[in-house]
This record gives sequence, C-alpha cells and structure tokens, in this order.
Amino acid sequence: MSLSGDKKVEMYRSLLLLRKLEEKTVEMTMAGQVPGWLHSYLGQEAVAVGVAAYLRLDDFVASTHRGRGHFLAKGLDPNRLLAEVLGRQDGVCGGKGGEMHMADWNVGVIGSSGIVGGILSTATGVAFACQYRDTDRVVACFFGDAASNQGSFHESLNLASVWRLPILFVCENNGYGEFTRQQDAMRVLDIATRAQAYDIPGVIVDGDDVLAVAGAAAEAVGRARSGEGPTLLECKTHRWSGHYTGDPQDYRSKEELEDCRRADPIPRFRGYLIESGLLTEEAVQKVEAEVVDAVAAAVEFALNSPLPPPETALADVYGVTQ
Amino acid sequence: MKDSRYIRAISEGLAEELDRDGNVLVLGEDVVEGGPFSVTKGLVGRFGTKRIRNTPISESAFMGLALGAAIAGLRPVVEVMFMDFLTVCMDPLVNHAAKMRYMFGGQYSVPLVVLTAAGAGGGAGPHHSQSLEAWFAHIPGLKVIMPSTPYDAKGLLKAAIRDDDPVIYVYHKGLLRQAGQMPEKDFTVPIGVADIKREGTDITIVATGLAVHQALSAAVGLQEAGVSAEVVDPRTISPLDTATIVASVKKTGRLVVAHEAVKGFGIGAEVAAVVAEEALDYLDAPIKRIGLPSTPIPFSPTLEAALLPTADDIGRAAREACGVAVEQ
Ligand SMILES: Cc1ncc(C[n+]2csc(CCOP(=O)(O)OP(=O)(O)O)c2C)c(N)n1
Ligand SMILES: [Mg+2]
Repeated sequence: MSLSGDKKVEMYRSLLLLRKLEEKTVEMTMAGQVPGWLHSYLGQEAVAVGVAAYLRLDDFVASTHRGRGHFLAKGLDPNRLLAEVLGRQDGVCGGKGGEMHMADWNVGVIGSSGIVGGILSTATGVAFACQYRDTDRVVACFFGDAASNQGSFHESLNLASVWRLPILFVCENNGYGEFTRQQDAMRVLDIATRAQAYDIPGVIVDGDDVLAVAGAAAEAVGRARSGEGPTLLECKTHRWSGHYTGDPQDYRSKEELEDCRRADPIPRFRGYLIESGLLTEEAVQKVEAEVVDAVAAAVEFALNSPLPPPETALADVYGVTQ
Repeated sequence: MKDSRYIRAISEGLAEELDRDGNVLVLGEDVVEGGPFSVTKGLVGRFGTKRIRNTPISESAFMGLALGAAIAGLRPVVEVMFMDFLTVCMDPLVNHAAKMRYMFGGQYSVPLVVLTAAGAGGGAGPHHSQSLEAWFAHIPGLKVIMPSTPYDAKGLLKAAIRDDDPVIYVYHKGLLRQAGQMPEKDFTVPIGVADIKREGTDITIVATGLAVHQALSAAVGLQEAGVSAEVVDPRTISPLDTATIVASVKKTGRLVVAHEAVKGFGIGAEVAAVVAEEALDYLDAPIKRIGLPSTPIPFSPTLEAALLPTADDIGRAAREACGVAVEQ
C-alpha cells in the first residue's frame, strides 16, 4: 500500500498545521494566556503525521504529556484542541483535562497521560478489545524514550506480544527525559532493541523523515491488522524546545540546539514534494495560507470560548446509572 | 534567628544532613538539576553525583532500590516530583517499606524519606495536583509529615532523615515561597508533635499544609467578628498528635478541620472521629470539615478555583459553628 500524491500533500498540510498551531500556542504561553505548563511538540511533527498516515478514523491513538501533535494528526479539531489548552468550555474535554490530558473518542484519540508510562497498558487494553471483537482496528501508542524505563513499558510489550495484540508501540526518541540525556538514563540507545526481549519486531526509523516514518508504520499497521501482533517502532527525532515552555535548557549546548533545527522535517518534505512534481511553489503558498487561516480561526475560536461554568467542576465524576 | 523561605529551608535541611552523615543521599528524577521546584538545586556542587543521583524514570524500581539501600544502612531521601507519581511506586512503599521492620520481627530499620510535592492551584490538571497524604497515613508503619512553615519544613526534614522509619514528607507547592524565621544553629522539629499556630478560646481549627495559612487568615476575620480561633497545625499527619487536638477542643468546645485533600475518608474524618471519641461531651456545636469535594482536580482555572477550599470557607464554617452571623 503506497501513499497517493494527494495523500502526501495532505500530510504536508498536516505537518504544517502541527507546526504553526504549536508555534502560536507557545507564543500564547509566553504571553501568559495558557494555564499550567506547555510541553512543545516542535520538531517532532513527522512522527505523528507519519504514523497517522496509515491509520483509519476508526483506529486509535494513545498519547503522552507531549501529545497535541498526535491528536491533530489523528484528526482532532484544532479549534477544540486549542480551546482545551486554554481551559475553555468548548475545549474537547470541557476544560477538565488541559494540555496534558486530552481525549476525543470520536476520532480515535483514546487519551493522554500526565503520568509518564501511564497510558501504555491502557492502550494495550484498547488493542485487546479490538482483537476480542474480531475487528481489524489497531492502536498506535506514543511514548518517549524515557518512558521506556518504566515497568509499564516492559509489562505492556510482553502482554501485547504473548497475546499478539494489534498495537504499534511508537517510541519518540528525542534523546531527553526532562533535563536528563538518554545516555544518562539507559545504556541501550536503540530502544528498538528492547523488542527482542519480547520477541516482536523492533524497527528504527529517522523520525524527522515523514515518509520513512510512514513506511515503517505501514508495515507495523499491516502486521497488527492481520493478527500478527505488535511492533516496537522507534523514531529518532529532536526536541527543539525545552521540556516545557520556559525551560531555559542550560543543560544543552548552543550547537546542539542549532543541529536540532537542521533536522527540520518540513522543508525536507516540501523539497521532496516539489521535486517530484506533487506540489508547485504556488501550491505551497496556498497550503501555507490555508494553514495560517486555520490557526487564526482556532485562536479566535478558543479565545472566544468562555471559561467553563464553575458548576461543571462537579459533573462527570461518575456516570449516571440507569 | 534568620529569615528564610520554604524552598531554601528544604535545601538547607538536605545539605546539613548530607554534611552530617555520609549515609545520607538524595535520589530522584533530575535532582541534579534541582527538580521542578528547585528543592535540590545546588546540592550536586557540594556533594557530587555519587550522593545526588539522577535516576531513570522508573519510580517503582528506584523506590524499591532506596528501600533496599535503607535496610542496608544508608539513609536515602527519594525525591518524587509530584505526589501523584507515588501511585506508580505504591508496592515498595505500602507492602514493603511500611511492613519490613514488623514482619521480620524488628530485625532492621527502614530509614527512608520520600520527599514529594502535593497540592493544586497552578492549573496543573488531574495528574499533577493531588493531595494523597491520607492514603499513606492509613498504612501502619509509614509516617507522614506536612510542614506548613519554613521552620517546620527544615526541622521536620532533618528529623525525618534521622528517623529510623519510612517517612513520607509532603510539601504543598503553594508554600514554596513562604517566608519565615529559623535558628542559625542545627535544630529539628520532633515528628508526632502538633503546633498551635495561633491561640484562641472559642473554636479550634485543625488545618494541614496550605490550609494552615488559610485558617490563620480566617482567624483574623473571625477575630473582627468577635470569635477567638485557635489554629492547630498537626505538622505530622501520622502518628497524629491527638493529645494536643483534644486538649484544644476541650478548651474551645468547637472544631473545624480543614485540608485541601478530598474531604471524604480524609484526615478531617480521622480528627473528627478522635474528637468524637475523646471529647464529645465538650462539644458545643457539630464538627465541620472543609476539604475538596469528591472530584478529581480539573485543569481549567475557573473549575479548579470552584473546587479548592479557601480561607472564606473556613471562616464561614467557623462562624456557623459559633452561631455568628455568616456574611453573604
Ligand atoms: C510517573 C511520572 N514520573 C515522572 C514524571 C515527570 N516527567 C514528566 S515528562 C518526563 C520526561 C519524559 O521523557 P520522555 O518519556 O522521553 O518524553 P518526552 O518528554 O521526551 O517527550 C518526566 C520525568 C511524570 N510526569 N510521571
Ligand atoms: Mg524524550
């Protein structure tokens, strides 16, 4: 199954939307408009978009504290996403979750977790339900390099392996867990090698190359859909910003930060699209203008959404039992 | 005496104990950099990475490791950035640390300190805002402390590190900038001893953590309404200094208990029960409890503010208990 030209252009648009909405959100955070912290996804967009390329609307993604790119790539409405980041009534969770805790079951976003590693076993459970019901739906579960040191990672991989569950464990290796470099937290720099311990495929891919990610995801999704079980897909990527917006990053050198940006997935993909005749310079401008409009619309929507009425704070603690 | 702040009180307490005893060490995620609230900031410069140790994000493993180190004679301080993350390492704490001395017939001690931040108010959402101290207080074998001032923060931390049992040291994020005075010299604050933060005669307000300051500010308003409130800060949640609380209630005849944690099945319930058992006949009014409704902590600032207990809530409850007109 290869990607059509239209699909590739759509992926480009998606990359750009993730980037521009993120830049805007960071700006709003710096301006004090965003409550709490913001964990920026800048630089990692190709992972979300590449993995989502082969997911259907009825497939699922599960995510982390750095999850907004995953949600958008899966199809979550940018307006409602940004409103949630601002804690507004029209946010996708009514302001209850905020940046770190979002779900939209309608587009297959299972949820995300502020607890590192917290979502892996839950995602494995959704994959179990997909299998149990004899569907061919699959789950893509995103997590960071540092999360792979949690017990939940190892336990979930083992369980998914032994029950051949339809899940992609997508490790976004950006080389850092907060302020700690990966090599200071683990000896194994290729996290994909951990797959061997559970007898599942472990694949390493350049996470800044959206087509490479998509290609690897295609295989893993194919395996999952056809009942062959899970894959551990490690995407080597770069975290451009601090752990959270405002992190001064004095634990990283200037050179390193500059190198990061050199890996920018967007110009790279744009170059490919132009070279292969899928996009003209004109079309590039058009996509860009459309994305800029979409971001402006999201900002307007989110800022115009009221703060949730205080009484809703007490709603939804329990379901209504009939 | 010197001026200090809550954050500095913790880091100074750590530094002094690290200095005093080579068996003391600090471990946790990004403690070398200082952690999210800078409580361990600067320690690595003095004590090196052997004693100020960054761990992988493996709470269950490093909590168990610290426990093993503790029974083998070290005195680890485990920094867990947010109390919410303790859920990931409940097994080493609850099934092992709390019970090892007891179930192995008192063969060894478990000198382990868990240093962790609780509390809401910063828009941190459901996974970074909880106050779970009552969970730990429910476990025999664990000690739980919750200092509300820089003085108590330092004195109790030093006492906890010197203590031979596992201590869960809970600080509220909202207190970190709190200023206060403390001695220049070495001092400790004993675990298990409450402190009367304000004396009064008409009503006892037992409050913990951040709520101590809310109670003190409510007490000022109450004074203006002619009510003299006594504010009791247990400082240690478990073992609870019931004697001080009961004596205060016997004197005032009224009780409000206030904390930020969920009200149901909480510390307020325990304090109320102790008073009911030991001083029911002294009560002139029903006991009131102030705490979070049974709800997770939402992200949006308006929702968070709607739920969190305030000084006004404490003041209102106290007025009701005293039969003084409640302002609308
Ligand atoms: C159980 C738990 N421990 C610690 C934290 C604090 N924390 C939040 S993100 C993070 C680093 C995660 O690194 P990684 O998994 O590589 O993801 P990245 O941030 O790089 O995307 C840490 C330690 C947490 N939220 N939950
Ligand atoms: Mg990382």
